[in-house]
Amino acid sequence: MALSRRTLVLAAGCVALALVPPIAALTNQPFYLDLFRRMMIFAIAAVSLDLILGYGGMVSFGHAAYLGIGAYAVGIPAYHGIQNGWLQWGLAIAASALIALVIGAISLRTSGVSFIMITLAFAQMLYYLGISLETYGGDNGMRLAARSRFGGIVDLREPTVFYYVVLAILVLFLALGSRLVESRFGMAVRAAKSNEARARAIGFSPLPYKLTAFVIAGGGGGLAGALLANQTEYLTPDFMHWTRSGEIMFMVILGGMGTLFGPVIGAVALLLLEDVLSALTAHWQIILGPILVLVVLFAKRGLFGLLVGETRDG
Amino acid sequence: MPLMLALVLEQTLNGLQYGVMLFLMAAGLTLIFGIMNLVNLAHGSLYMVGAYLATAFAERTGSFVLGVALALPATLLVGVVVEVIALRTLYERDHLDQVLATFGLILFFNELIAIVWGRAAIFTSVPPFLSGHFRVLPGLPYPTYRAVIILVGAAVAVLLWALVTHTRLGMRIRAGASNRTMIAALGVDIRLLYTLVFGLGAALAGLAGAMAGPLYSVQPGMGESILIQVFVVIVIGGIGSIRGAIVGALVVGMADTLGRAFLKPMLATMISPPAADKAGPALASMSIYLLMAAVLFFRPEGLFPARSRS
Repeated sequence: MALSRRTLVLAAGCVALALVPPIAALTNQPFYLDLFRRMMIFAIAAVSLDLILGYGGMVSFGHAAYLGIGAYAVGIPAYHGIQNGWLQWGLAIAASALIALVIGAISLRTSGVSFIMITLAFAQMLYYLGISLETYGGDNGMRLAARSRFGGIVDLREPTVFYYVVLAILVLFLALGSRLVESRFGMAVRAAKSNEARARAIGFSPLPYKLTAFVIAGGGGGLAGALLANQTEYLTPDFMHWTRSGEIMFMVILGGMGTLFGPVIGAVALLLLEDVLSALTAHWQIILGPILVLVVLFAKRGLFGLLVGETRDG
Repeated sequence: MPLMLALVLEQTLNGLQYGVMLFLMAAGLTLIFGIMNLVNLAHGSLYMVGAYLATAFAERTGSFVLGVALALPATLLVGVVVEVIALRTLYERDHLDQVLATFGLILFFNELIAIVWGRAAIFTSVPPFLSGHFRVLPGLPYPTYRAVIILVGAAVAVLLWALVTHTRLGMRIRAGASNRTMIAALGVDIRLLYTLVFGLGAALAGLAGAMAGPLYSVQPGMGESILIQVFVVIVIGGIGSIRGAIVGALVVGMADTLGRAFLKPMLATMISPPAADKAGPALASMSIYLLMAAVLFFRPEGLFPARSRS
């Protein structure tokens, strides 16, 4: 049965991720803790993109912008001595959701290829804005003074604690996401994707639904950005670079778009691939590029579809 | 001539020159989109290839003009090879696939160039016979090389217009843009037409890249910063429209150049100079995107939307 196989894959993935810290500790390879935490952070970003890309058909080529906004929402308060994590992360989500609202309100007036180019251009604009923030390091970026503080509840300076915080957020985000796509709201977004005219004909205007989804995805990206700033303890405008947007998009496709869980596998696979290739040669991108082309041409179904033997294209 | 006026005129000419570069890129990109319905992110890579090949040929032959002249057919050839090997299969795919696959091509080309020529920027100089200034108006000297770029761009625009409106190939290009299936049914070899159009676009991008060499630094990834501005150009102008590409390129070229030159001093008259020092460059680098947002707010299809395609 496909459903049980799917549940099996999900449970196995969850257990595998939860087992990374003890295994890393046993084998004395703290590097893997770092790598997998990074993967999960990008997974959150990729899942949030899948909400609009896979389910809403909105090809946003500027998702890295929210990573940057989230990171700066942690970095800028920290620079001024405010280290309260609730405040920083709340600001990260709120600011990126607000900017997603503005970008979405303008970009969703168009569709198709214009939409792709506009979201890309807006992200590029924010990238240049980041470069011009001289106080916060300009194009060199700046060190994060300290990781976010959460009173006595959790201590992110502890690598394992930070790891499980990220894992918990990822699981929570996935649970929330799967509730969302199955809800009436999710149905409306998917209806707008498959046929906008029909959606209109059965009596609802797709735009508010699409815009709301766009804002939610932006907020998710912002949260991932806040985590990423804590992960690297350094933030630069490069978080918003357009190649980063391309990478997040590729994670979604590689894992399987419109599957919600697929992008997690996509993020793990891409970062693993980059890690392996970059150990092989400094010119690893010359291998990654053609792999990307081949995946798009021949393996559109995604790794998740391969694993669970079904596709759940929203 | 008053100094301020001369400065404004000079920057206006610079804006025109940058607009010409953008137009050379935008014309190919918009034709390729209009006819093959292909979003080609790797168009910027062809610009980079043109710049590197022109530099390499100029070194070998010792002549800048010969370098540019050889880079044109060479970039065209690279474009045709890329089209035949990788892009041809993408025409029937959706835009998402095209974006991702051509994104993969960008990674490949940037790395290939880095392997062959290294990651460091290459600087080339303007050839001696073009390196002087000439007087556009009394009291207004202007670099000859930039003026030549403007003239070349204008000539290409006229040639392109003549090609599209007065030749059989142009007729087919226009027919292909309005209804691809129909002209295939009428017996036109559509694959050959696609390859020709792609080659033409590649050659135009290569020309822009070759001429850019002495003005901007030649380095891996140089294609992407201009590519994203070219996107802004064709979104403002209306995707698929050559006329839109011309207008959009001039508008963006002017806005970007004049913004960089004058936003800071203008702001300084309104807010404190230190604040203007910070806000000016930020606002200048964002100006074309704000302009695009404004245009889209009023005209979501761009200024000159191409007639509906089927």
